[in-house]
Parts: sequence; structure tokens; C-alpha cells
Amino acid sequence: MSYCRQEGKDRIIFVTKEDHETPSNAELIPEDPDDPYEEQGLILPNGDINWNCPCLGGMASGPCGSQFKEAFSCFHYSKEEVKGSECIDNFRNMQECMQRYPELYPQEEEKESSSQAESNSGSVSALPPETDSTAGTSTSESTVSSDSTSPTDNQIAS
Amino acid sequence: MLKCRSVWKKLAPLARASSSVCRQNVRRTGLTNGRIPAHVPAAHMSTGPAGGGRENQLYILLVGATFLGGGVYAYRTVKGDQQRYQERIEEISSRPHRVAKQVPAAPIQSEPPAAEATEKETVPEPEPEAAPSPEEPSPPAPDTKVAAPSETTEPPPGVDVVPASLKVPSHTPYLLIGGGTASFAAARSIRARDPGAKVLIVTDEPDLPYMRPPLSKELWFSDDPSVTETLRFKQWNGKERSIYFQPASFYIPPEELESAENGGVAVLTGKKVVHMDVRGNKVKLDDDTEISYDKCLIATGGMPRNLQVIERAGEEVMKKTTLFRKIEDFKSLDKVSRNINSITIIGGGFLGSELACALGRRSNEFGLEVIQMYPEKGNMGKVLPEYLSNWTTEKVKTEGVKVISEALVKSVTCKDDKLEIQLKDGRLVKTDHIVAAVGLEPNVDLAKSAGLEVDSDFGGYRVNAELQARSNIWVAGDAACFYDIRLGRRRVEHHDHAVVSGRLAGENMTGANKPYWHQSMFWSDLGPDVGYEAIGIVDSSLPTVGVFAKATAKDTPKAATEKSGTGIRSESETEDTATSPVASSTPAPAMVQHKDDYGKGVIFYLRDKVVVGIILWNVFNRMPIARKIIKDGEEHADLNEVAKLFNIHED
Repeated sequence: MSYCRQEGKDRIIFVTKEDHETPSNAELIPEDPDDPYEEQGLILPNGDINWNCPCLGGMASGPCGSQFKEAFSCFHYSKEEVKGSECIDNFRNMQECMQRYPELYPQEEEKESSSQAESNSGSVSALPPETDSTAGTSTSESTVSSDSTSPTDNQIAS
Repeated sequence: MLKCRSVWKKLAPLARASSSVCRQNVRRTGLTNGRIPAHVPAAHMSTGPAGGGRENQLYILLVGATFLGGGVYAYRTVKGDQQRYQERIEEISSRPHRVAKQVPAAPIQSEPPAAEATEKETVPEPEPEAAPSPEEPSPPAPDTKVAAPSETTEPPPGVDVVPASLKVPSHTPYLLIGGGTASFAAARSIRARDPGAKVLIVTDEPDLPYMRPPLSKELWFSDDPSVTETLRFKQWNGKERSIYFQPASFYIPPEELESAENGGVAVLTGKKVVHMDVRGNKVKLDDDTEISYDKCLIATGGMPRNLQVIERAGEEVMKKTTLFRKIEDFKSLDKVSRNINSITIIGGGFLGSELACALGRRSNEFGLEVIQMYPEKGNMGKVLPEYLSNWTTEKVKTEGVKVISEALVKSVTCKDDKLEIQLKDGRLVKTDHIVAAVGLEPNVDLAKSAGLEVDSDFGGYRVNAELQARSNIWVAGDAACFYDIRLGRRRVEHHDHAVVSGRLAGENMTGANKPYWHQSMFWSDLGPDVGYEAIGIVDSSLPTVGVFAKATAKDTPKAATEKSGTGIRSESETEDTATSPVASSTPAPAMVQHKDDYGKGVIFYLRDKVVVGIILWNVFNRMPIARKIIKDGEEHADLNEVAKLFNIHED
């Protein structure tokens, strides 16, 4: 049984596991996925890529940002049977650029990033797992397969 | 006007020549006067022994020759110095002339008006430089582009007197004042949204942007003896990272900013913005350089407050006091704490308590007595409800800290190289060093020149919900007193807020027009047994409702980390690397079992029956739910039902 105590203006309730077993009857307001105020996920409601998504870390804003954006956009909008097959040049540019900044884009990351990006459609897991030197979100973010219509999910650490 | 100019030109060399002769004489006399005494003793010494006449003559000859040689050398040096001094003065005085000039097409611009520049080693530019009149006619009114701090398209060869201002761009589309967390988040946001954006960060610190939380947490728990140099720490997932957001290769040098094809972020360190001209859209640095901008962010953060009694106590006491905020403060405190016997932290809030716990853990290692004193009844007294604050204080004590609560400092004196802190209730505390963690004074130096409003309740620049102060000026981070649509006007001094607000400001600077909506969170760890995350307004003066479960050994930050091996911390935004501080450290002291064990739970802070703040006490990964409840802003009849949403009994 739960036990309750009042200390001045502060109320303290101790609850056992059983007390909390019944589902909550607290009402929450339903989310609006198109709310312009909300933090957006990787894909915006209009289908564009949200380059400012925390999940991308610093990829779109670093020295190789423009190459990354080109490559990823090409891939995202690609309608080929093998998605992104026409984007090889863009990805090569990106890779070349990244090789010039080994501190920011460590080498072993690249192989993962290029292969992952080519094999997945624009879900979060396609993105190169962030290393700490790129100061991105922690790696758990990149492994969250995000439901991009639910903006709050992107903020969750798994 | 032309006449004046030509007259001036004619007179100038004359004036200069005569003044230089005067100056020369003065200097020479001054110097030789200084030199003579140095030689006299030598002369005396050399006439000591009663040598023969010839020997004497030899001595006199030698001394004379030395004297002459010295004099010639001195003369040459002085002349050379004076020459350089001259050039420098001319350069500086010629800048006001250049200001009136339009940005000319002429490549070599860094030359001062030629008339006086005959001494310069570089190719002096002929008259046109000195006669701004032909180019002056219509200085473009609105954008007073300043020519002085040049953008060297052709750097003058071999000039050793290159003013530092030559390296600074005269115009930048995006100017961020302050080089901290908010600024970096904004830079990243701008770069993500505006392709090829050119962003200039101006900071008076010598360091590139870095994150502050590890300075009072993780860095102290590092096993690496060189941590004060590397500034690297281990995160929850065992991976190491630096406190710097990005290594230096991420940024481009300021002088390359204007010509960078794809733009970039440049950081100008060691320069302070002292004046802001909002009408002219430009700022002035402490070295008189001017930079004009299209959009500007003020993210100047703040300075640690000090106690008045310490400031009045004199230099001896000030030398033994640390105000903790920056990397250099961390380095010096680390050093000091290894060499003393007793340290006292004044302040019982986040910073004070974290530092006390960090130093407390060292107390055994180094034989250091750690004292923490504050006016409240318990640690975090202004944040946590009383019962929890008391509980926390007990935990802090087990970390090896001597806690003196309800302590008001009356005076501090330095006696026999030790500090004596006299409290108002009569107690006397003797210690070797003080750390003052009594709050932050937001930095609003630019308010006057820029004509920006400063908030009288919370301090900081007053901005709207979109973080805008005036057209083209935004403010983010610790210095921003903003309107929160849900919670009202406030000013927040936490890391995640700096990231969220910086990011939002960056978005709005690139045209987004979004208000502050995504609520930021914060966290604190006080030793291995107490960790919490919080969101919203968490003020202990508000009525609270706490719902707790009985904790098992599994429910500490340490245990949570070890078990899951994954992030226990909720994601605060982009730059977060929140961690359990103990993941890699020695086993915790045995937990003291209290009758009422506040092991884990949720605490709701209410204002007019609406939840405005939530603390997740030893309960992790539930921040999104907390954020949702605050966002809804609903009146809930039974908060126990709301607490069920958090599933506190689960991991």
C-alpha cells in the first residue's frame, strides 16, 4: 500500500510496485506531428532533410558539410532501383574531403558510413555512428531507428 | 580641403623630422644618463691597483673604448626602436583616415598614408593613399564598411610591423560574440541551414569552444595524471573524448573566412568586443578593430560572482580564492588542491556541491580537508525540497566533505599564510584556500553601447520568445533572459539550455522564426549514489509532490551504467556527453540505510496546480515523458497517476 506524508508544503508518497501496476488515468494531450514549433526529426513533414537534426551531429556543418549534403540529398531523392547508384561521384567527393580531415572523420568510420549510407534509406541508422571527436550525439542516438514522424523520439537515448 | 591636405603633407615631414630629433635627444640623454652609473663603478675598479703610468693609460684606453662602443650600440638601438615606434604611431593615426575611405578596388590597402611612410621597408604607396579626398566623395551611407582592419589581398612583403588587425575580416555575415556552448551550437545550426555560411566567433578566452560540465565532474575523476593538459575524460560508454567540441582542424583561420568557398566557422580568440553600433551593424574590439555583420548573436555568458567580504578583504585573501568557471580555473584549482591541507568551498548549489564531492574524493589520496559552507540548511537547498536536501547533504558528507550549513560569512582574513573565515554566528574556520561558488553574474557589458534592454529581475539581456533582442541581434545561453511560452520569462544557466537556445538562435538567424519550445533539461551527480535529471522550473520554494519507490542496490547511476552498458543519461542536445562520474572508479562507500530511503522517484514542482518542473531522482531515460507533461501544462488531479507514467519501479 502506498504511504503518504506531508512536510509543510511538500507531499511525499511512497509506492510499491503493485500500487503502480494499474495503468495510469492521467490524460496527455495528443501530439501533433506537424507542429512547427516542435523539434523535427531527420525528415521534415514536407519530405526534406532536416540538416539541423541533432542526430546528424556535425556532419552537415563541418568542413565537408557541403559535400555531405550533396551526397546525402542525392541519395535521399534518388529514384533508381538501386537507391543512390547515381550518386557515386558525390559520395566519392565526400570521402575525399573527409580523408583530408582525419581528426574529424576517423578512417574506420568512413567505410561504415559509405556502405551504410548506400544500403539504407534515409532512416537514422544510416548515418555514420558519431565519434566523440565530431562531438555528435552519443552513439546510442545513431542506433535508434527513429520514427521520424514522432519528433520527441529523436531526443531519446536508447 | 585640398589645400589643407597639401599644407599638411608639406609640414608633416618637417614636423616629424623636428619632433624626431627632439625625441631622439630626450631618449638618448635618458638612456645614456641611465648608463653612466653602470660604467662608473667599472672605472673606479680599474683605477684601484697602483699600476705604472702606462698601465693606467691602458686601463683608461680600454674603459674609454668600451664606453664608446657601448654608447654607439645604445645609440643605434635607440634609433632603430624609435624608427619602429614612429611607424607604429603613424599607422595607428592613419587609421581614422582610412575609415572614411570606401573599400577601394586598389589591392594594397594596408599601407598607411604615404607621406609619412618613407621609413617603411615596404614599397610605399604613392600619394593616392594619403589623399583619400578623391575617393571620399560619397562614402556609402548605410554600410560603413571599414577598410582599416584589412583583408590582405596582397600582404605587404617583409613588413615586420603587421598589426594583428590585418588578420581579422572586416565584415562577416554571421557574427557570434562569445565562444562558449551557446555560440558553438548556433554556429553549427547556421552552417547546417545556410549552405556555405561564413561564421565568425569572437571570444576573449584563449581557448576554442569547449563544454563546461566536465570541468566540475568527469575531469576530476580521471585516472590520467596528465588530464589537466589533455582535458580528456571518459564518458558513460567508456569512450574518451575531449572537452573541446571540435578539434582545431574543424575551424578555418579568421583571415581565410571571407575567401572560403564553402564558408566555415572561424574563431578569433583573445579579443573582446567592447562596443556595439546597432545602427551601423558593426562592433568594435578591444584593439580598436571594427567588424561589421549582417546578423549577430550575443552569447557572452557570465562571470562568477564573488562574496563582498572577500573582495574587501584585500589581495592576500584574493590570491587564495578561486572563482571557478573556465579551463584555467580548473587547472589552477587542480594544482592548488594538491599542495594544500585544507580547502573550503563557499556555496551550496550545483557547482559548489559538485566541486565539494570531487575534491572530497581526493581527500583521502592527498590528505586534503574539504569543507563546504553555505547559508541554506542543506545542499541544493534552493532546488530540492527540504527532506531531499537533507538526504543529499548526508550523502555529500559520506563523500568526505565537512559540511557547515546555515553559515553566513562575516569576514575573511589572512593570518600566518592561512585564511580565517569568521562566520556571523561566531564560528571560525581556518583553511588554506577558498573556492567561491556563489552564482553567476551575466555579462551585459554591451547593453549600453548597443542600446539593449537588461532584465532587472533575472539579469541578462531581455529577449523575446524567439530570442531576439533587436533586429539582427539575438542572445542565447546564460546571458539571455527570454520569454518561455509555457513557463514565463526566465533565465537559465545550464549546459543543455545553452545548446538548445544556441541552436534555436542559429535557426532564427537563418530565418526560422521559431520560439523557445523544446524544454531544456539539466542533471547533476553527487557521488555514486545520487544522480538526478531535471527539467523546467525547479525551485524549492514551490510546493512539491514526490513519489518514491523503495530503492534496491540496482538503482544507482553506477549500477545502471554497469548493467546496461548503454547510455543511462537522457539525451540533452547535440553536445551532451552526460555521464555517470563513477563508471570507471573505485567502489563506492557502503550506502547508509535511512529509515526513509529516497532511493528513486519523481518529484513534481507545482505552480497554481500546474506542473512546471520535474526531477527524476535516480530514474533515467524518462526525460521525454517529463518534457511532455510540462509542455501540456495541464492541471492533474492526482499526481500519483501521473507518476505511474514514469514506471519508476522498472530500470
